Amino acid sequence: MINRYVNIGNLFKIALRALNNNKFRGFLTMLGIIIGVASVITMLAIGQGSKRSIQTQISSMGSNMLFVEPGQGMMGGVRQDASSMQTLKPADYQALLTQNEYLSDISPMVSASGQVIYGTNNSPTSMSGVNPNYLNISKYTIADGDMFTDKDIKSSAKVCVIGKTVQTNLFTNGEDPVGKIIRFKSIPMRIIGVLTAKGNNSMGQDQDDVILAPYTTVQKRISAITYFNRIFASARTESVSDSAKTEIEAILRKSHKLADTDDNDFRVRSQQELISMMTSTSDMMTVLLAAIAAISLLVGGIGIMNIMYVSVTERTREIGLRMSIGARGVDILLQFLIEAVLISVTGGIIGVLLGIGTSLLVNTLAGWPIYIQIYTVLLSFIVCSVTGIFFGWYPARKAASLDPIDAIRYE
Amino acid sequence: MSKKIIEVINLKRDFVVGDETVHALRDVSFSINEGEFVTIMGSSGSGKSTLLNQLGCLDTPSGGDYLLDGISVKKMNKDERAMLRNRKIGFVFQSYNLLPKTTAVENVELPLVYNSTVNSKLRRQKAIAALTAVGLADRLQHKSNQMSGGQQQRVAIARALVNEPVILLADEATGNLDTRTSFEILSLFQELNQKQGRTIIFVTHNPELATFSSRNIVLRDGLVIQDTINPHIASASEMLKKLPKLND
Repeated sequence: MINRYVNIGNLFKIALRALNNNKFRGFLTMLGIIIGVASVITMLAIGQGSKRSIQTQISSMGSNMLFVEPGQGMMGGVRQDASSMQTLKPADYQALLTQNEYLSDISPMVSASGQVIYGTNNSPTSMSGVNPNYLNISKYTIADGDMFTDKDIKSSAKVCVIGKTVQTNLFTNGEDPVGKIIRFKSIPMRIIGVLTAKGNNSMGQDQDDVILAPYTTVQKRISAITYFNRIFASARTESVSDSAKTEIEAILRKSHKLADTDDNDFRVRSQQELISMMTSTSDMMTVLLAAIAAISLLVGGIGIMNIMYVSVTERTREIGLRMSIGARGVDILLQFLIEAVLISVTGGIIGVLLGIGTSLLVNTLAGWPIYIQIYTVLLSFIVCSVTGIFFGWYPARKAASLDPIDAIRYE
Repeated sequence: MSKKIIEVINLKRDFVVGDETVHALRDVSFSINEGEFVTIMGSSGSGKSTLLNQLGCLDTPSGGDYLLDGISVKKMNKDERAMLRNRKIGFVFQSYNLLPKTTAVENVELPLVYNSTVNSKLRRQKAIAALTAVGLADRLQHKSNQMSGGQQQRVAIARALVNEPVILLADEATGNLDTRTSFEILSLFQELNQKQGRTIIFVTHNPELATFSSRNIVLRDGLVIQDTINPHIASASEMLKKLPKLND
């Protein structure tokens, strides 16, 4: 005649009724959980939001991008600044072009800065000598006109493509810049295209304040040098970015005839590194904020435990009565456990909503980027239920282990 | 001869308090048949509470055996006894023990909540029937704190009846009530016993109540010292009529 079946539905109703009888206390108990969950959600939303905004900004520069810059070196016993080193040669570029496996585009870069003049307008800017692949590497597109070609590179043609800022600065009365001649360091150059605007990068640099020209033109006609300032490349996919980096290092070491014991006289940087460098601060902040929020969740859980203990003591006679009319230990245990979980899960739901609301408010009022991940919401939810079960367990056990004889006569 | 509902055979119950063993029940034997209204009396320390706990399957004997409706309780574990209480026993306590802020009908439904063979519709029907039987058909939705002591005890009796128990166990069920209400509750018990044939055990320290029962068992120091049939059962409802009218 022993029936092991537990009617969860009935126990649920009992727990609901008990909470309903003590609404205000239930709400106060929930408050700990509500604040805990809401702060977890908000903190993570802000943390993830800032991380993502950095990531998207960096990816706008090309997330597969790698570049080689000359390393620090000695010149006649004097340690030299890296940028003045002349270690990147056309031979290196050729070696990379012919020997790579993981790279999709490679472009040398020769930089020059100076005043650009058109008519009565002038503006300080920098000119980058590159090849046409640079557009792919750096995620530039042509808005108007054309990009220069390999033929222009062979002939060191005096042509260029300008960024939006340069256009705004020089062509103040709205004329079409394509076909016009500008002068850069007294060299006349014909504009053959205009780049689509990209805006500022994550470091606040204006990516549109740029003039692209064939690298041979900059080398021969403007700077009169034979080396490169940098070599840009893009990995075939984001996932081979690390392999691409190792590959470039190997090729360049060979090309530079470095012995095994020598240090690299160049540096390979990848955008991935930049991303992790830039996001490490926000990652740390996220972990910190989440830890603080988790502590408040813990405090909320202890609040539940406390109230459940009080509730069990207060309702000792009720427990005694329930037992004497046939409730088993497991029925009482589940009744109180369900009550604790109901408090924590209801608190969790309110907390999630409040957290999302607060995040949106922060986004609207302070203009901070936010990003609410489904998994943080789910996680907070699971943590809440677990908190309820964990902190509700001991009071529920205490209730279930009461002796009905003592409990029913408890004063 | 009618069916034996309760059979107590050489029942012993010892408690160990510190180094001493207290013999709360030394050697108690009796049986109760269906349809009897038995009062169990004794002063405090006589072992009547211990006996009540045994009869109510809240406890197990140290020696001897107790059969409720033919089922031996001695070897049962806690859960089995809980199930047995749920199906066979109706408790009525001195302090009613109703759930606070809960309607009469929900209080009465409570034992059936722990019986998974009864669905919620049948539960409600049985609760209403039980409340009607104790004369509270018009108080179904009253909350426990909106009712008088007598009404609350009626709800408690309805709760004890709702699972159709083989025995009603009342523990000082009139102890908290004034004289008039006590007679009302007593006459309800008598009615349940005489008209519906309910078997009732009424544990009390009040010797007056013996005149209303069909049989009286007296305990002292853990032993039955008197077990008598009452040939002249007084009627509680008659007594009620003799009471002076209250101007309320």
